[in-house]
Amino acid sequence: MSAPTYDLGKLHGGLRLPSEKEKSTAQAIREVPLPAQLVLPLAQHAGEPAQPVVGIGERVLKGQLIADSDGVISAPVHASSSGRVVAIEPWPVSRRRGDKAPCIVIECDGEDRAVERAGDLPPYTELAPEDLQLLILQGGIVGLGGAVFPTAQKLMQAVTAPLDHLILNGVECEPYISCDDMLMREYAMDVLRGGQVLMHALGIDSCYVVLESDKPEALRAIGEALAALDDERLVLKQVPTIYPSGGEDQLVQLVTNREVPSGGLPSDVGCVVQNVGTAAAAHRWVNHGEPLISRVTTVTGDGVADPCNVLARIGTTLADVVAVAGGYTERAATMVIGGPMCGKSVSNDRVPLVKATNCVLVMSAAPANGREMPCIRCGECAAVCPVQLLPQQLFWHACADNEIKLREYGLTDCIECGCCDLVCPSHIPLTADFRKAKGRMRELADEKARAERARQRFEERNARLRREKLEREQELAAQKREALESAPEAIQDMLRRAQQQKPDGEDD
Amino acid sequence: MWIAIAVISLIALVAGLALAAAARRLPASADALVDEVNELLPQTQCAQCGYPGCRPYAAAIVAGEADINLCPPGGEETVQRLAGLLGREAPALAVPATDMKQRVAVVDEALCIGCTHCRNACPVDAILGAHQYMHTVIADECTGCELCLAPCPVDCIRMEAAR
Amino acid sequence: MEFERREAPFVTPPTDVAAIMQQVLLALVPATLAYVWYFGVGLLFNIAIAALFCLLGEAVMMRLRGRPVEDAWSDYSALVTAVLLAFALPSLTPWWVTATGALFAIVVAKHLYGGIGFNIFNPAMAGYVAVMAAFPMYLNIWTAPRMGDMDYHVMTFYETARYALTGTLPDYLDFDAISRATPLDLVKAGFNNMRTFGEIQTNPMIGDFGGRGWEWIGNFTAIGGAWLMLRKVIRWHIPTAVLAGLLLPAGIMYLVDPGQNASPGFHLFSGGAILCAFFIATDPVSAATSVRGRLVYGFGIGLLIYAIRRWGSYADGVAFAVLLMNLAVPAIDALTKPRIVGHPRRQGSGSG
Repeated sequence: MSAPTYDLGKLHGGLRLPSEKEKSTAQAIREVPLPAQLVLPLAQHAGEPAQPVVGIGERVLKGQLIADSDGVISAPVHASSSGRVVAIEPWPVSRRRGDKAPCIVIECDGEDRAVERAGDLPPYTELAPEDLQLLILQGGIVGLGGAVFPTAQKLMQAVTAPLDHLILNGVECEPYISCDDMLMREYAMDVLRGGQVLMHALGIDSCYVVLESDKPEALRAIGEALAALDDERLVLKQVPTIYPSGGEDQLVQLVTNREVPSGGLPSDVGCVVQNVGTAAAAHRWVNHGEPLISRVTTVTGDGVADPCNVLARIGTTLADVVAVAGGYTERAATMVIGGPMCGKSVSNDRVPLVKATNCVLVMSAAPANGREMPCIRCGECAAVCPVQLLPQQLFWHACADNEIKLREYGLTDCIECGCCDLVCPSHIPLTADFRKAKGRMRELADEKARAERARQRFEERNARLRREKLEREQELAAQKREALESAPEAIQDMLRRAQQQKPDGEDD
Repeated sequence: MWIAIAVISLIALVAGLALAAAARRLPASADALVDEVNELLPQTQCAQCGYPGCRPYAAAIVAGEADINLCPPGGEETVQRLAGLLGREAPALAVPATDMKQRVAVVDEALCIGCTHCRNACPVDAILGAHQYMHTVIADECTGCELCLAPCPVDCIRMEAAR
Repeated sequence: MEFERREAPFVTPPTDVAAIMQQVLLALVPATLAYVWYFGVGLLFNIAIAALFCLLGEAVMMRLRGRPVEDAWSDYSALVTAVLLAFALPSLTPWWVTATGALFAIVVAKHLYGGIGFNIFNPAMAGYVAVMAAFPMYLNIWTAPRMGDMDYHVMTFYETARYALTGTLPDYLDFDAISRATPLDLVKAGFNNMRTFGEIQTNPMIGDFGGRGWEWIGNFTAIGGAWLMLRKVIRWHIPTAVLAGLLLPAGIMYLVDPGQNASPGFHLFSGGAILCAFFIATDPVSAATSVRGRLVYGFGIGLLIYAIRRWGSYADGVAFAVLLMNLAVPAIDALTKPRIVGHPRRQGSGSG
């Protein structure tokens, strides 16, 4: 049995937050019953939205491909149950960038019939890593920690660098969210087998399963599963319970004591980080042929009567999901997808549960943020920043729209964890300001690039005009010379005639 | 007291001579300054300042022939930045600012007669076309300077919001 | 069901500026009590007058700036300035001296620079220095502390009030009788008269460590400061650095020549050193921001306090030390930026 080990790097700053996970972890995962209708957005992942491969009216089976990946960074979407496609249209969704997005709407027939498998699946160990990566792509597997980056492309990019460790992220540092905790308690073997699959796809043989110290049951479950699995490539590690140690770069630093270079990826220092849910999903697809059509989601907050974790089909509306958790209390006023630090608030519960939905947090009226005051330069923000930025300085420069200084002070390194926001006594919305400033920096960088191109084209055009002018003059001069050389007598004749026509007394 | 005055005067003399020598030996290259001024201009090449492009305007500014407040697409921001670079007061904009950079030219292909006038007028060569062949604007390279609108004999170019 | 939309984070912020300032005021209560015990109720009058004029000045300035007055009053920062200024002034101070200091601190040093968060200089120290330059004679009227073994007249409440409001002493007292040098004054005068520190220490005004009475005020100030550090209202860097910057040169000089230099203990417990370390230098707005920067800032203040006390012509150098380091803060900030995680460790080396 692998005992949890403590040889860790150190994280700067961070906050110890109240976990608020007791209620939602007090009972087993509940299954959400099949809904009448499934709403499946085409863009449930980072990158290009998938393109539909079914038409309206078509009958589909559970696990059938309904939209294929489109572009370099993309992932397919599968039907979460059997039924009939009734619409492909914009629907309110929970993405950041806009409120409605194209979705495939399936009316479920209740039979939940799965796609039939043509023959047995070959064991993945017989596949080459590249082929396994492609297979993973076909399963619609994306990062289930919240970033929903297509897993296959992440693996493909990672193997271009020398790699040492796969890190399975079971840290789940944000308050309220406990889906990974419950997944590990009830499906620990799935997670570990998923780790084995991913190790094979990456061609490495070291995997750390990392949990926070506030998850004793999950630690025990993983420990027992490790003993049963008897694969010494997988090692359990425990980290202190500090937010945001679950961030990718922070976790690499904690577990391997290596810093991910600014603007770089964990693979630059030989590590690949995957959420434990992603690993479990990869295992179910590769070993059992079940694509990503469901996930564990935490439903919690004081606006929910019976906080718990649910296993829901992708595409179930949040209203149906909350109903399984006892429905709303009278205090329900704000609904957040994600956690209290990084989550996004939505305006209604007709939004579907998608691959990224790790938590539905329904709260009473959001705590009133006091009046925003000027920054009093207390420095608490810098004390808690995990990236060792100076949020105070970034704030001043963001207000001044000073792109050069923002770059110098490392705005692009900000992971938007919200720690600085929380501790600011002047209640300055720092994370929101930084997000805006990042957008502005991108805008300015774009403008600069365009201006540079215009300048170059202008100068090249002037050079071209000058060159053409020079060529014309040279040509003219050459013609003149040619004419003079080729027919001298005719020209002398002409000159003489011209002379004779002039009045007397004038010299030529 | 006289000694003090003499010493201070001597120091002033020496310092002044040193500065003059430095100015002569290490001249600030005028060309480099034109480059710096050009960097701050929006590169629309629209000639609204009266000069045939941003670099000629920059050269005129450095030569002292033009004031720094003549660039409409640059707007107030450019005036402020130029003032900062050159260590001057920032005068108010002489002409109203425009947002021409937000627009691109579009050729109405149904009306285009392939005369190449617009192509020759474009300061950044963003119009493709040959004599008697269809012309089109490369939207990514168009700076919105509007210099192609006037030469078109059939008035088939219009400005549209850039996507 | 419909919901209202908000921006993350969705957590109640643990603290705000008003709470911080209120805790600072609370932490000053022990020091106030000790001060009043030793030097009489003059301090309370100073606090009252300073508070009145600070709040008044703030109200007028907010009106002139077109902002609601409540916005400035509600953060309690003017009150903190008032109390710190009152501590800096002698307990017997006429009201117009205190008022001038308070108005200068709030109007000039704080609001003319842009209000809270924008002031470069510590307002209380700026106010004190302005008053010291304008009314030097009133700032030399320090009374003797309560000591069982000395001929000491404790001025009554009414007498103190009368002096504070009108500047007239009771008939049976006059300035020469009432005013005593502070322990730091004594030490400086003593050294100027070629006395050794040992001889100066025999003066009954000097207690075991620092000045009589001042030692206990120092203790109670430190208790308040320690409480603030426990509550995480202030962090340990600035107080430690200030005390280190003061004690290090004091210790070295005392070791080199104990006769001609005051002991480090004396420096620590005299004048405003402890008050400065925990309450004045820790004013966040005028201090440096990064951790290394704060250590440098605090250490610089300590060094300057010692330098002014030892070699300058002022008895106590706290106010000037703080103001001088305030000036240096932008440079300190620029030179002590922490290394961002993921950036190269040293200039010139590659990343990763």
